[in-house]
Amino acid sequence: MAEPMIVATLLLTAFMATAIVLTRDPARQAIVLSGYGLVLGILFLVLQAPDVAMSQAAVGTVVVPLIVILAIHAIRRHHVREPDKDGDGT
Amino acid sequence: MSHRVRLLVLAFGGAGLAVMFAMACLRLPHFGGSWHPYGERVVPGALRRGTPNVVSSVNFDQRAFDTLGEELILMASALAAVLILRTVRAEQEESAGRHAYGPAQVFDALRITGYLLLPITFLTGVYVVAHGYLSPGGGFQGGVVLGSAIHLIYLAGDYPALARIRPIPMVESGEALAAGAFVILALGFAGQVTPMNAVVGMEVGCAVVLVLARFFEQALLVKEHA
Repeated sequence: MAEPMIVATLLLTAFMATAIVLTRDPARQAIVLSGYGLVLGILFLVLQAPDVAMSQAAVGTVVVPLIVILAIHAIRRHHVREPDKDGDGT
Repeated sequence: MSHRVRLLVLAFGGAGLAVMFAMACLRLPHFGGSWHPYGERVVPGALRRGTPNVVSSVNFDQRAFDTLGEELILMASALAAVLILRTVRAEQEESAGRHAYGPAQVFDALRITGYLLLPITFLTGVYVVAHGYLSPGGGFQGGVVLGSAIHLIYLAGDYPALARIRPIPMVESGEALAAGAFVILALGFAGQVTPMNAVVGMEVGCAVVLVLARFFEQALLVKEHA
């Protein structure tokens, strides 16, 4: 059995999940979330679920982080009017 | 409903979920064991259909009704995103806002990578949809790849080109048509894995494009402020 492989991937997943929580800036968090999505995809692959792994890779590493980043960007745009110290964030 | 009542309802629901989930987990087969009660029933049925990828066969044959529910959920959420984020039009007209078209300063390396990856990614998406009956993948996976591949053009710094290659009215009609076709297939012709994969691929791809398009519109709107 590929037990060591499963344990290693589970540890990697836990590591990436912790990394997301410890990242403070939301925009950076979205990038780390993308990495976490990839690791989760690898975990599914190791657990012999390639179909789910593909869904996870596509949705978790691309679509969700992209939506998060676009949402953060839109929110920052709306804050431009207020006297803010970091401008429009671009 | 007051805050307190809402919390009570939430606690009741959460407790019920926790109890049921724990009971279900206690009766699960052990991890990595050789006893697979579900697999033993499902796999022979799937193999009788002559679809080498058992997962696709299960999704579109024995559990086509579940897949139908999933597709409709996806369509409903795309519809909700379109409706909620549509306000941007009014905002644009009222405040004389305009769109800033993407990152103007894009590194040449990024631009070239975006343009090079676009056809490759698109082809991969079509491959994943078309070979869903044979190898891992299928309509959903391929659809997401197709839907997100288009946005590589934006990564390359060309938002007007992105807007041109995905005319929203066409994507909206495509979404509706594919969803309707899937309902007919799921209710009348369950088990036709390849056509169902194609229809799901189109539906998912259109949904991803639609949702992302609304988010792009929101994110790229610049308010003119004197």
